[in-house]
Amino acid sequence: MLTFLIRRILYVVPIAIGVTFFVFSLVHLAPGDPLSAVVAGDAPREVVDMLRAAYGFDQPMIVQYLRWVARALSGDLGRSLATGRPVAAEMFAAIGNSVLLAFLAAAIGFTLGAILGGIAGYAQSSWLDKLASLIAILGVSVPHYWLGMVLVILFSVNMNALPAIGIGPAGSAFWLWTRTDWSHAILPAVTLSVIPMGIVTRTVRATVAETLAMEFVQALKAKGLPGHAVLLHVVRNVAPVCLAVMGLQFGYLLGGSILVETVFSWPGTGFLLNDAIFRRDIPMLQGVILVLAMFFVLLNLLVDIVQTLVDPRIRRG
Amino acid sequence: MAAQPPAPAIATSASAATPTRGYWATVGRRLMRDRVTMACALVLALILLAALLAPLIAPHDPFLGRMPRRLRPFGILNSLGMSDNPRAILEHPFGTDELGRDMLTRILYGGRLSLFMGVTPVFNALVIGGLLGIVAGFLGGWVNTLIMRTIDVFYAFPSVLLAIAISGTLGAGIVNAIVSLTVVFIPPIVRVSESVTTSVRTLDYVDAARASGLGTLSILRVHVLRNVFGPIFIYATSLISVSIILASGLSFLGLGVEPPNAEWGLMLNTLRPAIYTRPEVAALPGFAILVTSVCFNLLSDGLRSAMDVRI
Amino acid sequence: MSGAPASGAAVPLLAVEGLKKHFPILGGLLRRPVAWVQAVDGIDFAVAPGETLGVVGESGCGKSTTARLLMHLVAPDAGTVRFGGRAINAPGGIGLSELRRQMQMVFQDSYASLNPRLTVADTIASAPAGHGMKRADAQRLAHDLLARVGLEPALFLRRYPHELSGGQRQRVNIARALALSPRLLILDEAVSALDKSVEAQVLNLLLDLKDDLGLTYIFISHDLNVVQFISDRVMVMYLGRVVEIGPVEAIYAEPAHPYTRALLDSMPAMDPDRRTTEPPLSGDPPNPINPPSGCRFRTRCTFAEAVCTAREPALDTVAGAKFAGHHAACHMARAGSGHSKAPAPGAGGDSANPVTAGARP
Repeated sequence: MLTFLIRRILYVVPIAIGVTFFVFSLVHLAPGDPLSAVVAGDAPREVVDMLRAAYGFDQPMIVQYLRWVARALSGDLGRSLATGRPVAAEMFAAIGNSVLLAFLAAAIGFTLGAILGGIAGYAQSSWLDKLASLIAILGVSVPHYWLGMVLVILFSVNMNALPAIGIGPAGSAFWLWTRTDWSHAILPAVTLSVIPMGIVTRTVRATVAETLAMEFVQALKAKGLPGHAVLLHVVRNVAPVCLAVMGLQFGYLLGGSILVETVFSWPGTGFLLNDAIFRRDIPMLQGVILVLAMFFVLLNLLVDIVQTLVDPRIRRG
Repeated sequence: MAAQPPAPAIATSASAATPTRGYWATVGRRLMRDRVTMACALVLALILLAALLAPLIAPHDPFLGRMPRRLRPFGILNSLGMSDNPRAILEHPFGTDELGRDMLTRILYGGRLSLFMGVTPVFNALVIGGLLGIVAGFLGGWVNTLIMRTIDVFYAFPSVLLAIAISGTLGAGIVNAIVSLTVVFIPPIVRVSESVTTSVRTLDYVDAARASGLGTLSILRVHVLRNVFGPIFIYATSLISVSIILASGLSFLGLGVEPPNAEWGLMLNTLRPAIYTRPEVAALPGFAILVTSVCFNLLSDGLRSAMDVRI
Repeated sequence: MSGAPASGAAVPLLAVEGLKKHFPILGGLLRRPVAWVQAVDGIDFAVAPGETLGVVGESGCGKSTTARLLMHLVAPDAGTVRFGGRAINAPGGIGLSELRRQMQMVFQDSYASLNPRLTVADTIASAPAGHGMKRADAQRLAHDLLARVGLEPALFLRRYPHELSGGQRQRVNIARALALSPRLLILDEAVSALDKSVEAQVLNLLLDLKDDLGLTYIFISHDLNVVQFISDRVMVMYLGRVVEIGPVEAIYAEPAHPYTRALLDSMPAMDPDRRTTEPPLSGDPPNPINPPSGCRFRTRCTFAEAVCTAREPALDTVAGAKFAGHHAACHMARAGSGHSKAPAPGAGGDSANPVTAGARP
């Protein structure tokens, strides 16, 4: 098992190299001169050349790549073309806000999903199962950016019960743990939670149903084990699969919140990414994507490790 | 085989008289029996037909806006004493958008781009990813390692992030959005095709074919492709719903279809300010996405259970 | 064992020498082989034209790997296989494609060995069509073969595997194997998964086909009753080695190897008076990754002595054998081997093979 874990951890290295290379080459996929974001079209040639040298765009690609990786390793993701501030500093608060939103959404989605899925799996083909399956289908099929709008219409416009945009009172960019801040988080968190809710419901339902159909459960029942004790055995078999799915879903919540953050003007990484795209702020774009992708890589690693520790069947590589 | 009564030496039992059915015939018969799936297929067929026939059935020009008529409510609401003109019920049954264009017309036309941009990336990815996965699974060895490790890199990105990263760098536009979504869907399809092909490759009937001295190509064609296509295809259909949501999402962000084209995600974007005045009109395009996406999901589920012919 | 088969035919149809396959166990950080499973570890045998060689042994003894090695579905690590006197894949020898036309195989799992998307007719016709037969001819051949294996062509040609019973499927598999008119058929546990009644019908079919078409069989099974019924000679395998080989009467009446005896004792006897009184074979076979030194069976053998650990017994003529071609790999069957139960030197069957006996240290 130790060998497997070490192998798995070492495997992050080639993946990370691949990810950095992909993120770096995104710049070169982009049409137009990356400098166009900072320099006016009619700027004097010398100024353009000077800036190009200053940002390192005059070097060969491989040199630019290695420099970029070396600096990224030391925490320096370059400076934003739009604001001139370091990318890392701009991202710091945004990451916190996104993680917060992801945690809230995960708490809602995973709890509901586990409950709905468990009920559906246990009471297969009953009306409860059908209802849970319908909710799950709607959850995975709903365009969540639209759901966000609908929730705003219902709760902000019609009922005037919850704020529609921002992370707190007008102008604030940080979470402050006040009641107002909580009320700001409700709609985006609920919106973001529907997809993981649907996926977790479907996974839990399928795994529970599959486990219940196994002969060892019949054997447990046959030897007269009480229902709650059988349930414990089922949970122990269902947990590893569901934990893995939840881990990945958490990663998707963090990396996929851009649409919801845009709808609710939530100042997270997605919002930052949106800004960077429309200002053609390449260093910012690269920085945000790189950090989110690396986070996802590490999360995958964590999920694999936890799953290896929890599930005795996959201890062999 | 479980216990069964002894059969006569030359098996001509009564069951032999039942007509035999091919795999696809069995699948088709099962689908016909599945009411939910058939209903979804019908709804999707209607949406597709409406989109294709939009120029014939749409009551207005999709691009012609009239500012005095902007953000009219639904025709039904109009009839409840809120309208000055009784003909408005028929004129704009789903109201008008922020530039005074007829919503029904825009929804009909929007279906064209939304469906096209949802289905095309999955189709592209099915061809490219399916090919790569089957090659990796069938050949194994270093070819498999090369393909699968490259795919692992793309797996390091959550799908929404990958789509937005590529689209965001390439810029807005229909082609760019399709390219980026194709890239998003290739890795999962490669993984599925690879694992399916690997498991088929080790089955006895492939060994039996090799033992018969059949060439690699005919084994691939007759014994592998026919048996892996079903699972890969089902998986691809399950991606269409996600693809439609993502494609419209890109347009919603301003990265996909550009104005003044009609596309559901883009319409949702441009109507956002109207949620305070005409919420029902603003939410309408999203409802179209929802219905389409739910139907594709249910259709895919139905196909999956119909094609699982393991007797 | 030398090249000449025991049955006395001039040229064996199939002659195998030193056939070996070790599968690597990958491990460690670099996925290098850390150990080898000695699935088949240097076996020699021959099959004469027209005979049936039964192969028996516990699961994991290398029976099925041997079958796949013979078909070259798995490439052997070492050893030569000669078919009709011609070496395979050697200059002037027999090519793989030609070999696979002459030698065919029926697998244990009748369902997994049929492509679920092909009709019975297409399954049977696919091999001859692949070898260049015209489509119509191949379909006609499928029709004839189906009748030949006892399935009414009109009813079964257009069926799919899931519409057949286990016995019917195995008949189709046999028809498919016969489609290339092979001379040798390898039956790898071909009837093991069938009900007893169906099994008997298929066995009778196999006997009929053998007589009609002049086939040669290698019949692999763990069922000793079935092997006794169908075989002319029997080969017993243990942990990748041949421990005993000889005419079916010799193996069943006069087993020379303690493993063979233990296997036979484990056979359920129909006659209550003949029930075994000897201790049954206990425990599982040792790990084929690290087989015991010396005789591989010594860890489970009640007669094991020092010599069994020290030296590995060669497969050689059984001392005092009543049947020609009865060979066993056991020190007790060899005069002067140093085992306390071995016959005295110079006695009995040792003279039958003076060359190998003299070569022994």
